[in-house]
Amino acid sequence: MLRRESLKYLASGTLILISGLLKPITALAKPNKEAFSASDFESALHTYFPGQEITESDQITIGVHPVIENGAVVPLKINSDLPDIESITIFVDKNPNPLIANFDLSPVCKGFISTRIKVQNPSNIYAVVKSNDKVFMTKTFIEVHEGGCG
Amino acid sequence: MASSIRLQSRLRDGITTVRAIIRHPMETGFHVDEETGKVIPAHYINLVTVKHNGKIILSCDWSRAVSKNPYLSFMFEGAKHGDKLELSWVDIKNNTDSIETLIE
Repeated sequence: MLRRESLKYLASGTLILISGLLKPITALAKPNKEAFSASDFESALHTYFPGQEITESDQITIGVHPVIENGAVVPLKINSDLPDIESITIFVDKNPNPLIANFDLSPVCKGFISTRIKVQNPSNIYAVVKSNDKVFMTKTFIEVHEGGCG
Repeated sequence: MASSIRLQSRLRDGITTVRAIIRHPMETGFHVDEETGKVIPAHYINLVTVKHNGKIILSCDWSRAVSKNPYLSFMFEGAKHGDKLELSWVDIKNNTDSIETLIE
């Protein structure tokens, strides 16, 4: 009896320990899979930032050439001087899956990311910045002559 | 085997600029192999992590729409010359690679 009781305590203790360990990991993880596989922009955006108001901001800039010959390689620079930036997320509204990439920045990082992405069609590129638990975005339109996904 | 990653860092005026290029096909799963007529299965990096002296400073979730041989650049503060910088990636087949460098 005593043994069974102690086992029970041991088991619940282990559970608490495991859930304690898992907590920070799940807190970090955003609802990734569903948002990354969404095929339209609005649902990708709102699945990734559930229930959050998203405000347009002029404190984010997207550096990209407005006319792209080859959509397979589109160089992109995102800058923001918003305070306490937690993440920068890139969406392309006319791509098969509009959620392109997310960057979680630690507090030592500047509000800057540069990368190269694929763009299939003439599209709006969105840069979404999470700052002080609020979500801001800006967009810019690019013309694409040859698509980069197919 | 040579590393799949080229990692450069430069500290000037308190700000470290990091630049990385990773050799990877970043296959979308939408391409058809012209010789066999078969769809080339999706194969892309979905997680990139950068650590400064062992502490995560940047964590990236990527889709198939990051270009082939991905390029990444970002900036951070608080590093010293000679500090350790580590970049690692994982793709959807659970292949992985990492590299470590000292901040110049």
